[in-house]
Amino acid sequence: MTKRVVTVGLFLAVFLSIAFPALAGEKKERPPVDVRELLLGHLEDSYHWHFFDIGEKKIALPLPVLVHSKERGWFAFLSSRLEEEGGYKGFTLSTEGKTKGKVVETDSTGKVVRPFDISITKNVVALFFSCFLLMFIVLSLSRWYKKREHAGELDAVPGGIKGALEMFIMSIHDGVIKSCVGKDYQRYSPYLLTLFFFIILNNVLGLIPIFPAGANLTGNIAVTMGLALCTMVAINLFGNKEYWKEILWPDVPIFMKAPIPIMQVIEFFGIFTKPMALMIRLFANIFAGHIIILALTSLVFLTVAMGPILNASMSVVAVLFSALMLVLELLVAYIQAYVFTMLSAIFIGLSRQEPHKKKEHKLKTENI
Amino acid sequence: MDLMIPDSGLLFWMLLAFGILFVILARFGWPAITGMVERRNERIDKALADAAAARQLLATLKLQEEKILQQSREEQEKLLEQSRALRVQLIEEAKEAAEKEGQLLLDKTREQLRLEKEEALQEIRLQVASLSIEIAEKLLRGQLEPEAKQRDLIDRLVDETLKPRA
Repeated sequence: MTKRVVTVGLFLAVFLSIAFPALAGEKKERPPVDVRELLLGHLEDSYHWHFFDIGEKKIALPLPVLVHSKERGWFAFLSSRLEEEGGYKGFTLSTEGKTKGKVVETDSTGKVVRPFDISITKNVVALFFSCFLLMFIVLSLSRWYKKREHAGELDAVPGGIKGALEMFIMSIHDGVIKSCVGKDYQRYSPYLLTLFFFIILNNVLGLIPIFPAGANLTGNIAVTMGLALCTMVAINLFGNKEYWKEILWPDVPIFMKAPIPIMQVIEFFGIFTKPMALMIRLFANIFAGHIIILALTSLVFLTVAMGPILNASMSVVAVLFSALMLVLELLVAYIQAYVFTMLSAIFIGLSRQEPHKKKEHKLKTENI
Repeated sequence: MDLMIPDSGLLFWMLLAFGILFVILARFGWPAITGMVERRNERIDKALADAAAARQLLATLKLQEEKILQQSREEQEKLLEQSRALRVQLIEEAKEAAEKEGQLLLDKTREQLRLEKEEALQEIRLQVASLSIEIAEKLLRGQLEPEAKQRDLIDRLVDETLKPRA
């Protein structure tokens, strides 16, 4: 099947180049495609939701900008105002430096500073959308259960999509949460389930290139940092005595902890490295997946300059490969949500461990 | 490039939105689903255990039934045996009793026979006596005759008396 598609594509390319030789010559000189700009533009956050261009005109949805200026207080305006000459009320889009692409303010002394910025950006819109979607899905499912329970049909089993969802939820609930957290898993299962389904939903939505999906949410470090912070709180806030003892007075030879607290420092860093690893892993995986798909897609535009034959054949190859990558990314979407949830569950489980029974253990090894 | 620097605004919205999402789902979403499914699973487990117990019970009942059946069969066998023995014994007893009765009857008959015989003898004796007296009378009548003649007479008389009876 794919073979036939490739040959048809190649034939089409050859035919076009023979039939319309003028087309190649007549082509307007365009500036070379800036791939780096193209990739990052798609992956970074922005103040408007850009759909496509018609000629020189950008078709985009302007989004509200919410900034707090130290001197002048709160401002709220649509992002389309920033495109105006000289910006809006002293706020402009920065074009260079560390703040590139962000809203900056020129204060009374003429200095360019970054205001406190909680604008509803593209990612925030996608975040709200995915939250509402998840809420809708889960609440409608739970309403089904409540209705059945209320009606006394205790053994009701949902069918169709609801049944599939139940299976999916329970596979995470039983396979990951119950087995990794251990004893009082019921206390953590709402958080871990929310975490898993939030991540997988956003991972999948990130792969769909049509509004309102398509924002690179889980491939944004602020989002993964938010998730990792929640996990960090869940680990440390409810850690038991044994957990803190392992950090402050671990079971190691005395010289490793007494005069110079080597182990304590290492364990203390462990508090931060665990969620940090979670944050980087999810971000990097999703980000890399998006980069690969976008890079393959931009092959189509890069090869325009190399003539129609090469361009057409490369386009076919690029589209095929990016379709393949999308399938792979679907797998990655599940795996990364699974890994994030599983590791969170394991860390939570470790923070609630029972004290080791050392003597029994020793006896056992002696017997063996 | 600020890819690795988390944006504070997005982080703020993220924590807020995720927090609200978590609170709502933890309050109204997940517990209803997982709770009901877990309760259902528990019920299924219990039902399965019950079924296993019932099967076990059924098996033991069947075993008991078999045992009872076996026992009753043995009982029946024993009863049959007993009744057979009883019958044999009864027959034996009846036979014995009949024999005894027969013997008794025989004895009685014999006794009666003896008695009758004795009676007959008595009668004979009486008749003999009366005959003797008759003969003696006749003898007395013929006293004057010779001895040989007397003896002849006696023989004749005895023959006379005995003949009609023989």
